[in-house]
Amino acid sequence: MADSKPRSERPLSPHLEIYKPAMTMVMSIVHRVTGTALYFGTVLVAAWLVSAATSASAFETVHGFMGSWFGRIILLGYTWALLHHLLGGIRHFIWDTGRGYGAEERSFLAHATLAGSIGLTILVWIVAYVVR
Amino acid sequence: MESSSSMKTPLKRVRGLGSAKSGTDHFLKQRFTAMANVPLVLIMIGVVIALVGKDAAAAKAVLSHPLVAIPMVLFFVSEMIHMRIGMQVIIEDYVHEEGPKILLLALNTFFSIAIGLSSIFAILKLSFGA
Repeated sequence: MADSKPRSERPLSPHLEIYKPAMTMVMSIVHRVTGTALYFGTVLVAAWLVSAATSASAFETVHGFMGSWFGRIILLGYTWALLHHLLGGIRHFIWDTGRGYGAEERSFLAHATLAGSIGLTILVWIVAYVVR
Repeated sequence: MESSSSMKTPLKRVRGLGSAKSGTDHFLKQRFTAMANVPLVLIMIGVVIALVGKDAAAAKAVLSHPLVAIPMVLFFVSEMIHMRIGMQVIIEDYVHEEGPKILLLALNTFFSIAIGLSSIFAILKLSFGA
């Protein structure tokens, strides 16, 4: 629409603020938040690859940052966001087939997404430390 | 909406694809790239783990191996599309002013392509370059 002014005049239906946070709702929001975090996190991935393609010293700089305690915290968060978004996506695939819409199923899927993402993140980091 | 006197057949009306003019194309691209991303992301995690503690020469040896470089290039193609579509939905949900919305949608496209192609370029240079 060309005319965007009247929007501010119209009252919004009450939405987020009137509901008690439910697990399914929180996981839905987290899916979008992790997606956004991954979106901006791709800068780090690109910087890392471009540095490797540029010079040894550039790579050591980026690799050194990733290995620092601050870099590791970012990478830990990135790992969790990635795995949570991945499992959240699988939840959407299940819903796409028309299954998993019952109250108990939805609750189970929401909890499984969170538990799975935390569990897998720990697993990935244990493997990373063992391999190193 | 079509009026009752429309000359269009129901099939034609379905193919009109609604106000967005793109039908389910957006939804399907999101899902297909998501499908591709599942195995590709797992490979990416494996590659990063393999590079922990490696120096530049060793990292280059890993990243330039075809069995690593090919899935990585595939990942960035899929990811570039997926992240652009995802952020587009977020922008359309929250930004209603026409000017800022168009600007952000443009920046979203530029950002996604720039990130994706930079990463792919880097992988190709590691594979073919000196």
